Amino acid sequence: MALQRVSFRIRQTVACARSIHTSGCRHLQEALAVEPERNPEPFSIFRTQESDPACQLENHVGQYYTLPPAHIQTVFPHGLPARFQLQMKTFNEGCVMVRPPALEVISYLKRADYSKPALRFLFYGVKGSGKTMSLCHTVHYCSTQGWLVVHIPDAHLWVKNCKELLPSSYNGSRFDQPLQATNWLRNFRVTNEQFLSKIQTRHRYVWTKREFTEEGRPLGELVDQGITRVKSSSDVVGAVIKELRLQSGQPEGCFRMAVAVDGLNALWGRSTIKKEDKSPVSIEELTLMHNLRKLVKNDWCGGAIITALSQTGSLYTPKTAYLPHVLLGEEGFDRMDPFVPVTVSNYSEKEFESCYLYYQDRQWLQHPQSRTEEGKKELVFMSNRNPSALERLCAFL
Amino acid sequence: MAASCARTVGSLLGKCGTCASNINTITSRLSRQICSSSALHRKNLAAAGPEKFTVEFIQKQVEEFNIGKRHLANMMGEDTENFTQEDIDRSIAYLFPSGLFEKRARPLMKHPEEIFPRQRAIQWGEDGRPFHFLFYTGKQSYYSLMHEIYAKIQSLERQQDRLRAKGLLASDTTPLSLGSSRWIIKEELEGIVMETVTDHDYQRFLQLMARLAALPQARAEGGWVLRFRQQLEAQASRQAVAALQADAQGRAFSTAEGRRKTSNSSVVLRDGGSGRATVNGSELLSYFPVFQDREQVMFPLQFAGVLGRLDVEAEVSGGGRSSQAGAVRLAISRALLGFLSEREVENMRQAGLLTPDPRVRERDKPGQEGARRKFTWKKR
Repeated sequence: MALQRVSFRIRQTVACARSIHTSGCRHLQEALAVEPERNPEPFSIFRTQESDPACQLENHVGQYYTLPPAHIQTVFPHGLPARFQLQMKTFNEGCVMVRPPALEVISYLKRADYSKPALRFLFYGVKGSGKTMSLCHTVHYCSTQGWLVVHIPDAHLWVKNCKELLPSSYNGSRFDQPLQATNWLRNFRVTNEQFLSKIQTRHRYVWTKREFTEEGRPLGELVDQGITRVKSSSDVVGAVIKELRLQSGQPEGCFRMAVAVDGLNALWGRSTIKKEDKSPVSIEELTLMHNLRKLVKNDWCGGAIITALSQTGSLYTPKTAYLPHVLLGEEGFDRMDPFVPVTVSNYSEKEFESCYLYYQDRQWLQHPQSRTEEGKKELVFMSNRNPSALERLCAFL
Repeated sequence: MAASCARTVGSLLGKCGTCASNINTITSRLSRQICSSSALHRKNLAAAGPEKFTVEFIQKQVEEFNIGKRHLANMMGEDTENFTQEDIDRSIAYLFPSGLFEKRARPLMKHPEEIFPRQRAIQWGEDGRPFHFLFYTGKQSYYSLMHEIYAKIQSLERQQDRLRAKGLLASDTTPLSLGSSRWIIKEELEGIVMETVTDHDYQRFLQLMARLAALPQARAEGGWVLRFRQQLEAQASRQAVAALQADAQGRAFSTAEGRRKTSNSSVVLRDGGSGRATVNGSELLSYFPVFQDREQVMFPLQFAGVLGRLDVEAEVSGGGRSSQAGAVRLAISRALLGFLSEREVENMRQAGLLTPDPRVRERDKPGQEGARRKFTWKKR
């Protein structure tokens, strides 16, 4: 609510009017005409002042909304794609485009019944079409609604390039990844600061002969235990997940949980981690992945599971694969069934126009040819309206 | 080796001199015959210069050519009187089919003037006196040509003066129209004049010809002047333009093929589209992930300014990514000709879009690592 008031104030203080780009912007001009209840946006046609995802509607599709800087630090310590973080640093602001897939999922989340088992959503699409960004948009919505967000930025990072692999103390046949687990717990603490003191543990956890966590202790203590004692951090992650799953739907817990997993196909793929005798480690043998699979199963209620596929970081998958049944495989698809698939496609004409205007506004397109119509046609042809291809085309050399 | 052995044998026999005179004569004759083919008498071919043909020899060749032409026409069952050079070329290609790549190495039958290089006739008589009065200038043909041009200029000016004196000067004479032609270059002038022409001489020649052509009544000498001009043919008129066809919905489309290195591509360009491009059934972005390849495919469309208008459906096989992109680019350029005007076609030709790239992989040679790379040189 405070956000809405702030944005209203910003809208009123704006005085300057930028020239409206007239060619090919009929859709955007219609959008402007449709919202009479708001003040006419004097900035530009591709931006919207509505930075609360809950209040974004269909007429905001194609427009950029600014992520408040405070939110970027708390909600997305590790969630945003690397190239987007570079862009944020260059432009001094984080602007996300409002697109139909994210709006669709947010509308489902608004109308869902949280006493039933958690709904599962899956973003899929060709490479570079904006699945991770849609996921981040949805996570921002969940965060502004006061949910507890469990965000795994890329599950592929946990199945490759593991520097330290320890045999698990809890289960001898499994392997721990202390560094990845500690890193994740640190980011989890940053995101969900306010819940750590409210949620209490339901079980007693024994870590070593001397260390244990009693029942009824705040969750924050559990998380700190995992961060300080690196060796047992993977088991702490498992314990945290167990606690959250138990408590999310309870009326006295009064919090809703959003599980956001990017690169879901890593859970049922192959890993490149090798044991000391050079034999490959399977996914079940990794503690983190084992717990993640339990989290993504919809046997808990009071929240939602939002996931995205990714071919880019995946192992042993062909480059052209993007469909769910191809990337998840038979086993993964069966485990994930039932889920709501959401297609993320390349930019439409309106969205492309918006992105082009945004780059122009940020003075990112320096070449004089880029300001002409022929230049725009070139960009359309070369990028095929693919968001990541366009971003790389317009990037520095 | 055998010759030298024989020579030594012959010289030994000759030097002995102990044999009878008849044996001597025989051996000397023998040795003479053997010695005539020895290395000592071999001519210094490099110093001789190009082979010289006499006028009689050339005349004989011309007669033989004409007779041969009639025989060939009879063989092919065609009209002996109207047998042109094109017919001769066709008949020879039919009778002597050759698979040689070098066209100049294939069998040919042409008029001796085209085969034997033109040579200067003997310029002095039996008494040693030269025929031409300008012989002692060293470049008699060149200077006689310059005199001829100047004589024509003078005669035209005198004619103009006479007409002006009589008052019959026509004031609306149009100057000589040279059309789309250019003056002959220095090498061509050397070929006409059969002498070395320096740059300075060439410049003076051009100046004098320009002066002649600029005279108002130069029309009378128009034919003679045009002998020293070379016609420039518009290259674009030689392009084979793929015809536009219409499909069932009435959309215009054209097909063309292109090749580069070992890649072959065939492209269909359809009108009235949204500017989408598909290669082998998949999107351009996924088939050519590299920016350079997509740029090559885009270039002909961007040059012609039809980027958002035409849809591209390409099929390509063979080669690597760069040669496939080049093949698609050439095929698109060729297919595009049907949609463009002649001026735009000429612009595309000058931009190099219609020229097939002749570069192919060079063969590896024996005794070397690759085509050019030699094995590591070891001093010992």
